[in-house]
Amino acid sequence: MAPPSGFTQTTRDSRNRRAAQSAGAQQRVTGDAMLSVSDLTRPGLDPVSFELDAGECLVVRGPSGAGKTLLLRAIADLDLNQGRVALDGQDRDGIPAPQWRRLVTYLAAEPGWWAERVGDHFPDWVAAQPLVEALDLPGDCHDLPIARLSTGERQRLALVRVLLLDSRVLLLDEPTAGLDPDAAAKVERLIAERLAGGCSALWVTHDRTQAARLARRWLELDGGQVREVAA
Amino acid sequence: MTYIALDNLSLALAALLVVINGALSVALELRLERKLLIATLRMVVQLLLIGLVLETLFALISPLWTGLAALVMLLFAGREIMARQERRLAGFWSYGLGTGCMLVAASLVTVFALTVQVSPEPWYNPRYALPLLGMVLGNTMTGISLGLHSLVTGLLRDRVAVETRLALGANRREALQTVTRSALQTAMMPIINSMAATGLVALPGMMTGQILAGADPVEAVKYQILVMFLIAGGTGMGATAAVMAGVYRLTDARHRLRLDRLAPASPQ
Repeated sequence: MAPPSGFTQTTRDSRNRRAAQSAGAQQRVTGDAMLSVSDLTRPGLDPVSFELDAGECLVVRGPSGAGKTLLLRAIADLDLNQGRVALDGQDRDGIPAPQWRRLVTYLAAEPGWWAERVGDHFPDWVAAQPLVEALDLPGDCHDLPIARLSTGERQRLALVRVLLLDSRVLLLDEPTAGLDPDAAAKVERLIAERLAGGCSALWVTHDRTQAARLARRWLELDGGQVREVAA
Repeated sequence: MTYIALDNLSLALAALLVVINGALSVALELRLERKLLIATLRMVVQLLLIGLVLETLFALISPLWTGLAALVMLLFAGREIMARQERRLAGFWSYGLGTGCMLVAASLVTVFALTVQVSPEPWYNPRYALPLLGMVLGNTMTGISLGLHSLVTGLLRDRVAVETRLALGANRREALQTVTRSALQTAMMPIINSMAATGLVALPGMMTGQILAGADPVEAVKYQILVMFLIAGGTGMGATAAVMAGVYRLTDARHRLRLDRLAPASPQ
């Protein structure tokens, strides 16, 4: 993906805007944060605050039921939640929800399918083709029924579907959980390319070695509590 | 027009048929006899009562009493819509949404027929208003309950698919489109089937009634066609309004799926 033109400009503008905003308020402002989350909460999740820089990947870890999925869904505004979330200093509440979700896109651990065939889930199959091949999926799977695909194939197709949106922030819920090491490495490489292009990601994983490989900062969720840990 | 009045003895003889059913149930240990007895008694008492009520209303020809009777019919039909839902909306909406849509659709269609096609004198004459409303109401009620039921069960079943579409940036109408479409198809199916099969498979009750009462068959058929149009209109309007309102109630302005606005599942 080519970074959106004027990307740096946008970040710099937003930094100035945020600096102006936080002049009176007590707000952590670091670097050129792209996504900023402050006191985000919902039932089952204690207030979370963190910032995500452009091109950064932040790993979200924690035991099952700690609220990792709840956190990602809250950021995508898929459930009722309180708190402030902003992208490039622009408040989420000021952006229509569908547009917000195309900018900050959530990939569920078990994504859904609403039509019979693979191709019906892609507005533009030609654009999807290179990604489909990069993830070792059969290039001619356009006409296959969804039910014929394996869990791992469906998981990778769902990732392709998300990547086609060219979102600014990816909220990835265990995107490699059902994949063999080879396929997982390809997914990691694909995301790394996006990060290099200025996109950023929150990545939920149980795998310690993968976490160490992906990110310099981890978000530890435990019993709804959030701690930021430097790897 | 001539019709053959029934005397009480002939009714009593016909009741023997139900008695035979009861005897069969006892003999074969079907354990239906109690239910059969209660249902038969209810049928007789309810029909006799409504006969008396209608006789009084027809004699009065009062807009007030006719309106009141229509309202009672509507409220009962609303309760029936609610009772047929497996998972209801929480709070006021469980009754209000279906009943409101049915009230608007059924009244519009009935008043349209009374003022434009049938035009009795006066237009609210209960002899025409109440049977027409009853027929429209019964079918609109079925359409709305089927539509809402299918919408809610569809959303519960396809929650993951709907939320995936929302997560990919679809608005609530796009994300719910598949479920909405199948809910409205389910709601419209009975009236479409019944229009397609009527006259071949079954002779509709109203038309048969008019023929038994001595009406010319072609005139009775014309009435039946009118009633079919009214029913199709009422069902389509009512079910569309109810399903759309349901779609909006089960999502919110931030385009989230709000299944928390359903009442908790009854423990079974």
